[in-house]
Parts: sequence; C-alpha cells; structure tokens
Amino acid sequence: MSIIRTEKLNKIYDGEAIPVHATNDVTLNFDAGEFTALVGPSGCGKTTLLNLIGGLDKPTSGEIFVEDINLSTLSGRELIDFRLKNIGFVFQAYNLIPVLTARENVDFIMHLQGVDKTNRTNRVEELLTKVGLEDKMDKRPSALSGGEQQRVAVARALASKPKFVLADEPTANLDSTSTTNLLDIMLKLNEEDNITFIFSTHDSRVIKRARRLVTLDDGKVISNE
Amino acid sequence: MIFSIAWKNVWRNKLRSLIIILSITLGLLGGIFYLAFSNGMVQQQINGTIQTVISNIQLHNPEYLINNEIIYTIKNPEEKVKTIRQTEGVRAVASKLVSRAMASSAITGTGIVINGIDPIDERETTDLYSKIVEGSYFESDLKNPAVIGKKLAEKLKIKINSKLVVTIQNSSGDIAYGAFRVVGIYKTDNTSYDQMYVFTQKKDLSRLIAVDENTANEISILLKHNDLTKQVTDKLKNIFSEEIDSETLTIRSWDEIQPILKMLNEMTIQFTMIFVIIILVALSFGIINTMLMAVMERVREIGMLMAIGMNKIKVFSMILLETVFLSITGGVIGLALSYIAVEITGNTGIDLSIVAEGLNAWGYSAFIYPELDVIYYFMIGGLVVTTALFASILPARKALKFNPAEAVRHDV
Repeated sequence: MSIIRTEKLNKIYDGEAIPVHATNDVTLNFDAGEFTALVGPSGCGKTTLLNLIGGLDKPTSGEIFVEDINLSTLSGRELIDFRLKNIGFVFQAYNLIPVLTARENVDFIMHLQGVDKTNRTNRVEELLTKVGLEDKMDKRPSALSGGEQQRVAVARALASKPKFVLADEPTANLDSTSTTNLLDIMLKLNEEDNITFIFSTHDSRVIKRARRLVTLDDGKVISNE
Repeated sequence: MIFSIAWKNVWRNKLRSLIIILSITLGLLGGIFYLAFSNGMVQQQINGTIQTVISNIQLHNPEYLINNEIIYTIKNPEEKVKTIRQTEGVRAVASKLVSRAMASSAITGTGIVINGIDPIDERETTDLYSKIVEGSYFESDLKNPAVIGKKLAEKLKIKINSKLVVTIQNSSGDIAYGAFRVVGIYKTDNTSYDQMYVFTQKKDLSRLIAVDENTANEISILLKHNDLTKQVTDKLKNIFSEEIDSETLTIRSWDEIQPILKMLNEMTIQFTMIFVIIILVALSFGIINTMLMAVMERVREIGMLMAIGMNKIKVFSMILLETVFLSITGGVIGLALSYIAVEITGNTGIDLSIVAEGLNAWGYSAFIYPELDVIYYFMIGGLVVTTALFASILPARKALKFNPAEAVRHDV
C-alpha cells in the first residue's frame, strides 16, 4: 500500500543567472515497509526531494500525499504538527542536543508530543536497547562515538512512532564499522517492525543493502528499481 | 523539559555566561549601592533636620510666617500643648519663642535666629542636647545662659563663658539689647544652621522682648514615627479647625516647612532609579549580544528542533527562558550582594570626614549610612526580568527566522 505519493513535483530555486530545477516533474510512490535509497550525484536533488517529502520545504508545483493528506494544503503550523506526529528524521550530522543525555534526546520528542512520563520512559529504554545503546543511555553526545550518536538519532526518529523515517546521508560521517552497524540496525527495524526508511546516500555500502534504488539526476528520476 | 534544556543551555559556554552574569552582578551592585548611598544621605539629612531643627510638625500664627515679627503669637499655647500631648502618635511637644536678631561679640556681629526654649521640653523634641561639643546644655547657674553653634562661635570669635550681646525688636517695636552668657556650643551636620541658631531660655527671651513667659510663636511636635506625620497633621488640623479657618493658626508638616527636603528625597530616588535603568539598558545590549551568539552557534540544533516538530512558540520560549535564566542568575547574585553590602555599610557607616566641610555646608552628614527599602530590591528585580524579556526578543526572533531545511545542514 502506498504511504507516500508525489505527483509531478517541481522545486525551482532562483539561481544567480538562471532558475535551478532541484526536482523536475518527480512522480514516485513509496509503500509502507520500504527500505529505499535515493541516489545520484551531488546536486541531483536527493536532499530537496527528502525535504519536500518531509514537509520541510514547499514545492514550486506538484503535490505530495502522505496517505491521504496533501502536504501542499497544510499551513506552516499544521506542517510542524504533521512532522511531529508522522515523520522521523535522521540527519547527516546527527544533530543531537548536546546538553541532553542519549535518554533525554530520545525522550524529548515524545515530550513534545505530550506522551506521559511512564510511557516515555519505557519507550526510550526499548528504543535505545534496540539500537544497542542500553549501557550508554545516560551519556551525553560528546561521550559517544559518531556511530553511537547516529544510533541515538535513529532511536529519536522512531520515538514518535512515525509513519516513515527520512534519513539524509545518514552514514556520510561514519567509518565503515559504524556504517555497517547502523545499517544492520536500520534493516532489522525495517524487517521486524516494518519501519519505512527513505534515505539519500552516496555510500556504496548503503546502496548495496537498499531494497529499492531511486536514481536522480538534474532533479529527474532516471531509474526506479 | 524546556526549562531544563534552557537552564542547561545557559551553562553550555560557561565562560561567556559567567562574564555576562558578572556584568549584571557588578552593574546591579554599583547601581543599587549608589541608590542606597544617595537615599541614606538624604534620609539622614531629613531625619537630622526633623530631630534637630524643625520636628515633624509645627504650629504658627500665619502672620508670623509672613512678617516674622514676634508680636504674631499663638493663642493659648499652653492649652494647645496639653491637647497635642494627648494626641495619638505624638512623642513630645515644645512651645518656643523664635525671632530674628543680631548677635554681637566684642569683635563682630551677625544675623541670627534666636530661640527661647524650655530646655526640658526642647530636650524631648530635638536632639540638640546631644550635639553639644563644648560646655553644657543649660546646666549652668550663670544668668541668661545661651547655647550657640560652633560656626557662630568661630565667626564671633567667642567661647564658653563669653558674653553674647543680642539686639532684638521687642513686642512694642522698640530695639532691645540683652546680654547672654555662652554656656554651650553645639555642632550639627549643617554649618548654616550652626551659624544661625542661638538657643536661650524662654523666660530670659520673653523678659527681653517684654512678653508673658507663656507666650509662644511656635509649637514643635515630635512624633513617634515620621510615617505618622500626615495622619497626625490631619488630626490636629481637625482639632484646631476653628482657628485655622479664622486664619489665626497654621499647622504644617516638615515637608511643607522644608519642601526642598521632600523634593530632594523624591528627586534622589527618581534620578538614581533612572541611573539603575540606564545600567540595565546598557547590560541588555550585552545580553542581546551573548544570546545572539548563542543562537548563531546553534543554527543546526535549532533547525533540527524545528524540523522534528518543535513549534515556534516553544522555540521562542526556549530562547526567552535562556535569556531570563542568564539574567536572573546575575540579578539574584547582584541583588544579594547589594543587600549584603548595603546592610553592612548601613551598620558601620561610610566615613567621608575627609570632605566633611563640603558636605556639612550642604547639610549632609560626613558619616553616611546607606539604606534602601526592600521594595526597591523587588522593583529592581522586576526591572532585571523586564530587561531579560526585552533582550530575548531579538535573539528569539532570529531563531524563528531559520529555515529548518537549510538550518539542519548549516556548516555541514
């Protein structure tokens, strides 16, 4: 069943000389439980497409549907609320809150959702255990390796029980061991819990393990397999 | 949790936060101490004037205030003194004869205000007796004793037991001469007063100006507390309303007698509060700068918070709380240190005897006891919070303008 649908999605930035088509008539469907990589050279529009799907940016034309909701019709405030309740984000630079522990970082998004403390505590421990950080829950990001920080970021992305997780170059800052560990965890979550992952990547190690590859070039989908 | 994050964020860059906290602390310490010092100085002048010179309330014949002639006396002064003594809030009452005169020694002469007093009653209403630096306070057996100020003694070049000749207009309008013997020399914190005011016994002065010994043209009232001034003044005006209406009596409180003192008191507080506000405005720019730096260092983090679904109100609140916490930390330390400094120096006093002559010439004591009502600490605390709220607007607005899609990739 299609969870995300884009129709003739265009995003045009005003370039210095000529307008830049970051995405060009992109029409795609993503089903629940997919493990999809958006690939292509730098500047091909991967991050823009993720931002549009994630409601962080508005398309110049075209539409994005998450289940039956047309993101183009939502106001700024509704989009913020939509992101909080429906989408998990994993960023290239982890973007954890440095003054909070791993536990608090994961807990925070549920706090924003208004989940009660008991449920939050149980879910934080469950998620950090799933990503293999059960013994580092009370460490701050500065005391964790890059790979561990990204695993906290994955746990945080899942904390809000999102419909799907968007990850922008999640392994770009990781060494090969950390990349393998992270991919193992993401695949396990995908297989066991049916979590939908859509991520942009350059990393051949990630591309090899993706179940579906969408290749972009100059903002256009050139292959979808 | 936003409170917790905001508080932790304050300490993210300890050195920077400590510098701004120290700035607020020192700014408040300086401002509040200056406020307490100025207030203490003025309050001492007011208290000194009330206790030594005018008391809290005075009664006169209104004509006396216009013409300053001794014939304009108060009707039935003894009866009035009795009535006033029974009024609630009154500590002591004294009736006196007051007149302008010339005082001469063998060397020179000068204009004075001569006060004919009952030394026992006067001791209850003023603290002049405690200001005696040479001789005694009417404890001599000498005939026609007089107590004069140190400045007058220096001007007339006279000392204890010297003769002081007083030239005065008597009740018939004729010039009368009287010889007084200096039995005591006083010194207050006001050199002008010391040069002008001479005290004799009422019975001696009344004889000189040919009036009955019970005659008085001034009744001074000392209250149990200065705060009772308005209440007792109103009560007395009510009691003596007939004479007030017939314009044979006027009742004035100390701030009506010396309006400049009241004005000085109010102006000092206002000016020093403006000074404190200027300090806080200056500090607010430092706070704004610090918070802008804090926001600009966290573009990616704030972008992430907005991306994952933290709404604008919460982002704004987080920055606002950080600013308020930073300012309140400095504010609380500043207020506490100021309170301690004011309490300590308020007890020990600050010795400015090195510039005593100048201060005394303006009626100020050379030993200043800073004082400040607790309400001012709360007011300034409120101003600190207001400053923090004001200072948080620009950094918070800056944070809200971030585009989360761009901010999460900032500097990557």
